[in-house]
Amino acid sequence: MNELKAKAYDLRQDTLDIIMAGGGGHIGGDMSVMETMVALYYCQMNISPENMDDPDRDRFVMSKGHCMETYYAVLCDRGFLDLEDVKARFSKFGSPYIGHPNNKLPGIEMNSGSLGHGLPVSVGMALAGKMDGRDYRVYTVMGDGELAEGSVWEGFMSGSMYKLDNLCAVIDRNHLQISGNTEDVMAHGDLAARIRSFGWNVIVVKDGNDLDQLNAAFDEAKTVKGRPTCVIAETVKGCGSAVMENKAPWHHKVPTAEEYKQIKADFAARKEALINE
Amino acid sequence: MNKIPNRQAICEVLMKEAADDKNIVVLCSDSRGSGSMTPFFNEFPEQAVEVGIAEQDLVSISAGLAKCGKKAFAVSPASFLSTRSYEQAKVDCAYSNTNVTLIGISGGVSYGALGMSHHSAQDIAGMSAIPNMRVYLPSDRFQTAKLIEALLQDEKPAYIRVGRNAVEDIYTEDDCPFEMDKATVIGDADEAQVAIVATGELVQYAVKAQKLLAEEGVKAVVVDMYCVKPLDKEILEKLAANPNIKGFVTAEEHSPFGGLGSMVAQVVSASNPKKVLELALPDAPVITGTSPEVFKYYEMDSEGIAKKAKELL
Repeated sequence: MNELKAKAYDLRQDTLDIIMAGGGGHIGGDMSVMETMVALYYCQMNISPENMDDPDRDRFVMSKGHCMETYYAVLCDRGFLDLEDVKARFSKFGSPYIGHPNNKLPGIEMNSGSLGHGLPVSVGMALAGKMDGRDYRVYTVMGDGELAEGSVWEGFMSGSMYKLDNLCAVIDRNHLQISGNTEDVMAHGDLAARIRSFGWNVIVVKDGNDLDQLNAAFDEAKTVKGRPTCVIAETVKGCGSAVMENKAPWHHKVPTAEEYKQIKADFAARKEALINE
Repeated sequence: MNKIPNRQAICEVLMKEAADDKNIVVLCSDSRGSGSMTPFFNEFPEQAVEVGIAEQDLVSISAGLAKCGKKAFAVSPASFLSTRSYEQAKVDCAYSNTNVTLIGISGGVSYGALGMSHHSAQDIAGMSAIPNMRVYLPSDRFQTAKLIEALLQDEKPAYIRVGRNAVEDIYTEDDCPFEMDKATVIGDADEAQVAIVATGELVQYAVKAQKLLAEEGVKAVVVDMYCVKPLDKEILEKLAANPNIKGFVTAEEHSPFGGLGSMVAQVVSASNPKKVLELALPDAPVITGTSPEVFKYYEMDSEGIAKKAKELL
């Protein structure tokens, strides 16, 4: 598992390099959601370049579509895309590698970008699985700022109404959005209680940047029957380097050359520490 | 007088097909009654999904179902479906290219006295402007049935608008010429002096106007442009090139902006410029009344269409 934990830092470096190559991206959320993506793509979901036409494959919808650079890094490492090609063309003229999910690319099911779509779309996917008696699971990852969209709560309502225990929504709860702290922008209050009141099973992961804790939550979610599960992953925006951690301006900041150097060194140091753990 | 509204014709086709095709799924937003879908919900509960009054959820869930192999039909009042869930139509259906058919019921001014909140006079413009979204306004129940049968054959998104009330039959069960994405021409195009291009519920008025004009010795051809997008440009270019035809009248239950009139004018002006006179709803809340009362008031009924056509002579 330490190997995978270390891999999260390699993927952070890939993500950073994609952002530098394209001259833009959403680095703060990319870093907070990293371990969630690693847990799902390396430990939880049965998705591979070989099985994308298999009706029994698990489904993934990146609702917080702006965290595309992490998604690219993961898709590249899992063999869906070529990292060098992504770096060469990300955000460039005529490129398929845009700043949000593009389902013309292998591995990507749905386009997103506008927030508040992923959960209701995933409800539909999970419902189809129930109708067809298939046992695939559906995962969607949302941001916490995204939760101000009313359509998210429509999705929470229908998810429990249809008892979709094959559905797991993840909230990357990094407490920051572009304008500042989520509680100052549009407060969530007791978020877990709110979502529970919509009929969902809720698991709060105290350290949402810890792969073990995330996997334990996803494993537990699989055992819950009769209702969907929401995993609230308490994460750190910009996780991986003190240069950007918990700093709202790093929502979509592009590092300077000097910052890049420091962030890269921080990633390497944390990876080293994990290997030696 | 026909008593079967187009929405009921849609339900009948879907029920016929759903018996053999378990992938057909109908979704409603507390709209199964107004959408004439109650029989479907009763007979195929496993293929029916109620989402409550939540049009955004309705369309996104439809897209998710479609992405997993379902043929999703989202049925909801056109006013809400085309505006409240516009972004879901754009992103989850059109952009993600999912097999969702959005069925806007009680379209245009069908809801009459319920007011502008319930009218959809902007849906042609809005939906047509979305890349990869097709827009259809079938005229009568027979054409509606043919359209639904055709849409079941492909896997692309589409928006359909039908009215609340029964429309007088234009075609018959045995004689309903239909070619996908080709307008139906009613009358003799070669001999015509004027072309009336209408869509949806106004086609019945156009056909009556054609008769009124004939009584006065004016030859008109009617183009039933059920396929607003992709628009049948070919027939318009052909008619524009016909030296006998002095010009066009367009008739639509829609805002004067970005609807059928705008589209016909675009095509005609680019091919063989002739006058295109537009009959549409005003750029204002529509006067209170039933559909026939409203159409008469704005001179969009058969008399109004005939009057407008004579301006071209």
